[in-house]
Amino acid sequence: MFGLNRNDTLLLIVVALLTMLAPFLLNPFPEGSSLAQFNGGYPDLMQRFVIFGIFAIGFNILFGLTGYLSFGHAAFLGVGSYAAIWMMKLLTMNVVPAIIISVIVAGLFSLVVGYICLRRSGIYFSILTLAFAQMSYALAYSVLTPITGGETGLQPKLSDPRILDAAIGSGVTPRANFFGIEMGTSWQWDWNGWVFTFNAGYYLAAVIMLVAFYLSIRIFRSPFGMMLRAIKTNQNRLNYTGVNSKPYTLAAFVISGMYAGLAGGLLVAMDTQVGPERMFWTASGEVVLMTILGGVGTLIGPVLGAGLIKYMENILSKINEGLLQKWFAFMPETAGDAVVTVLGLFTGKGWHLTLGLLFMIVVIFLPGGLVEGGKRLFGIGRRKKKAPPAASPPPTTTPAE
Amino acid sequence: MDAILLQILNGLDKGSAYALIALGLTLIFGTLGVVNFAHGALFMIGAFCAVVLSRLLSFSKTVIDETRTDFLGNPLKVDLPYMHQWFGEAAGQTIIDWSVPLAILFSIPIMFAIGYAMERGLIRHFYKRPHADQILVTFGLAIVLQEIVKYFFGANPIQTPAPPAFTGSFDFGALVGLDPNTIIYPYWRLIYFSFAVVIISAVFAFLRFTTFGMVVRAGMADRETVGLLGIDIDKRFTLMFALAACVAGLAGVMYAPINAPNYHMGMDFLVLSFVVVVVGGMGSMAGAVLAGFLLGILESIASMSQVIDYLPGINQIVIYLVAIIILLTRPRGLMGRKGVMED
Repeated sequence: MFGLNRNDTLLLIVVALLTMLAPFLLNPFPEGSSLAQFNGGYPDLMQRFVIFGIFAIGFNILFGLTGYLSFGHAAFLGVGSYAAIWMMKLLTMNVVPAIIISVIVAGLFSLVVGYICLRRSGIYFSILTLAFAQMSYALAYSVLTPITGGETGLQPKLSDPRILDAAIGSGVTPRANFFGIEMGTSWQWDWNGWVFTFNAGYYLAAVIMLVAFYLSIRIFRSPFGMMLRAIKTNQNRLNYTGVNSKPYTLAAFVISGMYAGLAGGLLVAMDTQVGPERMFWTASGEVVLMTILGGVGTLIGPVLGAGLIKYMENILSKINEGLLQKWFAFMPETAGDAVVTVLGLFTGKGWHLTLGLLFMIVVIFLPGGLVEGGKRLFGIGRRKKKAPPAASPPPTTTPAE
Repeated sequence: MDAILLQILNGLDKGSAYALIALGLTLIFGTLGVVNFAHGALFMIGAFCAVVLSRLLSFSKTVIDETRTDFLGNPLKVDLPYMHQWFGEAAGQTIIDWSVPLAILFSIPIMFAIGYAMERGLIRHFYKRPHADQILVTFGLAIVLQEIVKYFFGANPIQTPAPPAFTGSFDFGALVGLDPNTIIYPYWRLIYFSFAVVIISAVFAFLRFTTFGMVVRAGMADRETVGLLGIDIDKRFTLMFALAACVAGLAGVMYAPINAPNYHMGMDFLVLSFVVVVVGGMGSMAGAVLAGFLLGILESIASMSQVIDYLPGINQIVIYLVAIIILLTRPRGLMGRKGVMED
């Protein structure tokens, strides 16, 4: 289907089902129960899942296929966001032009940055991209304040021109919409104590993510994707065979920059404001974490990684000391206090510690990320069925002297 | 002229910090071939060594002072630091005031132990892995170290003053024969610069003039041959890692009075130090030191008001701009050698 082989079609369908049914799947606990705070099915978080999923998918096209580790990808996200918000200020609050322009502007910006940075490889490339991103951040913060709003950032205001909206004639407070459907519109379904929220913005972002995901599958399976993998495996050999690898890496860089711009545009469409901190290098580091955590070079990995990190950021950080004390009230006081103190290190404001540890464990033991972990888990069961364990000598114990 | 001289002096302290961190990074890269993203965290831990020591020294117990009373007539409770009790009031207070210089001695064994444990426990397993994996695992380690410090010391900067003898400023202009009152420079910054020069010279001398240093240099040039000669090069490289950790830690200790330590200071410096290393030339220690001072001074000159009027915002981006220009025109950095990190 759609020019994909059977496995990829299956993967696409599974992802489509997961995203479409996310409001159910992410809300497994009834409202009001003590576990309800583990529910991730509220619009804001679901939107972040898919938007950062797009960001990570795009990053994976560059890092996963070509092996070029960019430490400045947040710059493209930020540029896309600024482009989108200017479209909303000048033209219309409809999100379609905003999203389109964000992709185009981020693409152009990444063309310029990529053209310069790709002259070097390895750690030099990482430092160059980092330098560009930090420069964009610093400029957005200071000199470019007329365009970027500086520290306060940008929001749509009632006084903005909005040429197309004004032609229709309106005097209402500006809200982002998709041909009249406001992004914030939610429809709730109460069912036996479970509350499921269906949000217009989420579904728009989810559909766009599915398209982005489909495109990334096509890129992975195309001759172009094969070429990118060849660059990762051995660029010298490719050069010796007479292939100029630069256009391929540049194309991959621009595509992944456009994905980042798309994510930035969608972020603005869901929540109409931008600030320069979106381009800070920690934001670039975050997308690296997402991709590695999920699995570099795999199709679904980056989406899983993005989901996991955003879930942890929103859910784990909500668990504070009072809550922990409530949970462990059944234990004797001293033991309970000890458990609360230890867990308090990892939850609430300390969730970054959990993230850092998890990340280290993945890099050390599971270089393929969550996807490899899943494969290994399934592999254990399968291998046992296939072949009986090879006749290995039983472990000998050294005799005691 | 005065203004430029002042800015050069102002750039020296930041430049010293860049140079010290970059020196450690290059040392680790040159010996072990590992790109250490946790080096900024070591700098930060060094600064917190100063905080810990100053807290330890001012530990006090509450005693009842019979001679003084509060407004109700009850005897007043006062905190008496143990240092005062043990060494007398004047000597005790001096020890407390001098906690930052004392922290140099305090931090060396700590940083050495941390560096040794880091290399043996984690980095050792990453020699054969690609550079990207090394960057990522040390990046994760940096997050973990940073969060642990944040948990124990909070997110706010902690003021750690220099000894009172060095808190003031002096008239540098009058010293070198310029008009008085044009170049006022704080003592501590001059001390930091001298300290950095001493440390850097010590590291270079150690590598140049000792047998140990000679073996390490030989190992940097050709690890395998040195191993074949029957020298345990791994052990020496581990010690070099610990030494690099010490250099970063000492840079942090002495930086505490200039910039109150907070948990993310390491990351702030790390990003810039990496730029410094790359500008200086990956693998060249002299290049790292040179680029550190140069970029520090350049950053400070770019923040002069005359320059900003001319090129607004240049102070924010000058380091990155210079890095981009240098990497594109001199791909190996200022003093880079051939064949380092070029795969």
